[in-house]
Amino acid sequence: MKHLLSVADLDAATATGLLDTSSRLKETLLGREVRKLPTLRGRTVVTLFYEDSTRTRVSFEIAGKWMSADTINISAKGSSVSKGESLRDTALTVSAMGADCVIVRHPASGAAHRIAGWADKDAATTGTHTSIVNAGDGTHEHPTQALLDAATLRDELGAIAGRRIGIVGDVLHSRVARSNVLLLSTLGAEVVLIAPPTLLPTGVAEWPCRVSHHLDAELPALDAVMMLRVQAERMHGGFFPSAREYAIAYGLNENRLRLLPEGAPVLHPGPMVRGMEIAPAVADAPNAKVLAQVRNGVHVRMAVLYHLLAGAPE
Amino acid sequence: MADPRRGDVGDQARELLTSADVTRTIARIAHQIIEKTAFGPGNTADLVLLGIPTRGAVLARRLAAAITEFTGAAPAVGSVDATLYRDDLRRGPARALEDTAVPEGGIDGKLVVLVDDVLMSGRTTRAALDALRDEGRPRAVQLAVLVDRGHRELPIRADYVGKNVPTSRSEKILVRLTETDDGDGVLIEKEPVEPTTEGDDA
Repeated sequence: MKHLLSVADLDAATATGLLDTSSRLKETLLGREVRKLPTLRGRTVVTLFYEDSTRTRVSFEIAGKWMSADTINISAKGSSVSKGESLRDTALTVSAMGADCVIVRHPASGAAHRIAGWADKDAATTGTHTSIVNAGDGTHEHPTQALLDAATLRDELGAIAGRRIGIVGDVLHSRVARSNVLLLSTLGAEVVLIAPPTLLPTGVAEWPCRVSHHLDAELPALDAVMMLRVQAERMHGGFFPSAREYAIAYGLNENRLRLLPEGAPVLHPGPMVRGMEIAPAVADAPNAKVLAQVRNGVHVRMAVLYHLLAGAPE
Repeated sequence: MADPRRGDVGDQARELLTSADVTRTIARIAHQIIEKTAFGPGNTADLVLLGIPTRGAVLARRLAAAITEFTGAAPAVGSVDATLYRDDLRRGPARALEDTAVPEGGIDGKLVVLVDDVLMSGRTTRAALDALRDEGRPRAVQLAVLVDRGHRELPIRADYVGKNVPTSRSEKILVRLTETDDGDGVLIEKEPVEPTTEGDDA
């Protein structure tokens, strides 16, 4: 594996390998006083974030540090980006400084792909190897989020193949939904997208999943449900009449929680908007696995860094 | 994963230890561990057997079962994967990680016996020692191996050896255990005979 740009690039064996490494890392570090592995000593990991993020950036930083890599964070604010430097120049500058891995978040879909293309072209002439990880590009993909969701579902359900997973809410603006549909179907799950027609992207019919507009009808047959954040910051128009109406039709409240099979896990990529897509009581219910997702996030990102950086360069 | 011990048994393979030999050897090592560590019903707190996956972990469980049979007391047993501590990770594609399971009670102040199937360069043992250092601080660490085939590259020796086998570097030692393979046994595979060009007087 040279880059991690899209879960579409992962076959079932590779994805399962990443999840296995993640759970091995978790068990290795369990109960340890010193949570530090020497595996990536001397490697440099740079996070390059053009969008606000706390959990993903910190999660990658902790993952790198626990593997003994040197991690450096660059955010668009306060860097040369605000002086007008282009994405290509910034990315190649970071690569030229000796970064072994650049983790990119960018509001434009496809940004990580472009950077990987430039980095590979540069590598062909200079012989350097820089791996690019997509940490969220516009409304396109967020591969490590899908991997950590899959890790959490595997922990909770024992397996993913054959399970029915519902993804509920703002699919249109969600890179998490797209990555999850692709990864979960690769791993053999049956995925159901549940959303109002206005919050579904065009072309969703081509996705490897089923689409429904009726949450209550789907809940009893789901093995797990994933709630998506309503991304108000990406909405410039009337996607639904009001927040209250959205919550009534698609919010997961206590009554709906009772429709789910007993103990079915509820996932949310965070940050949660309590009262909108998820009721406060549900967010704090034992079914809610939000913090388990966050914990798995560190191990999954360690696994990604391990698979990208520990072996011989390809 | 390129593991020379997992190759197919070719025509050149010769049996070093039969299934019965393997059972006897494990019993002997178990007795040696009991003798050297004074493990028994009155002294069970101290000993921890940690196998290096895959086959070392199987051997550790077999040794623990044998020790339990001989003394009536069960020693703590687990496994420690050394992959993340290896010094040769950059020489190949990323390796899959194996199971690490340190028994409850940890290893602080304990006598840890590391268990592996084959001892050669000593690099896996060194990696396992580094992994142990992150797990805790044992009172002492000893090493038990089923086969010592020589070719050490580090100052490491085993405290308990099932069988010493002089080998050439190109030979393969294949340890087979019922839990991971079909049946017990240790085989040595000669280097594959290259078709020689006639008239080659090099």
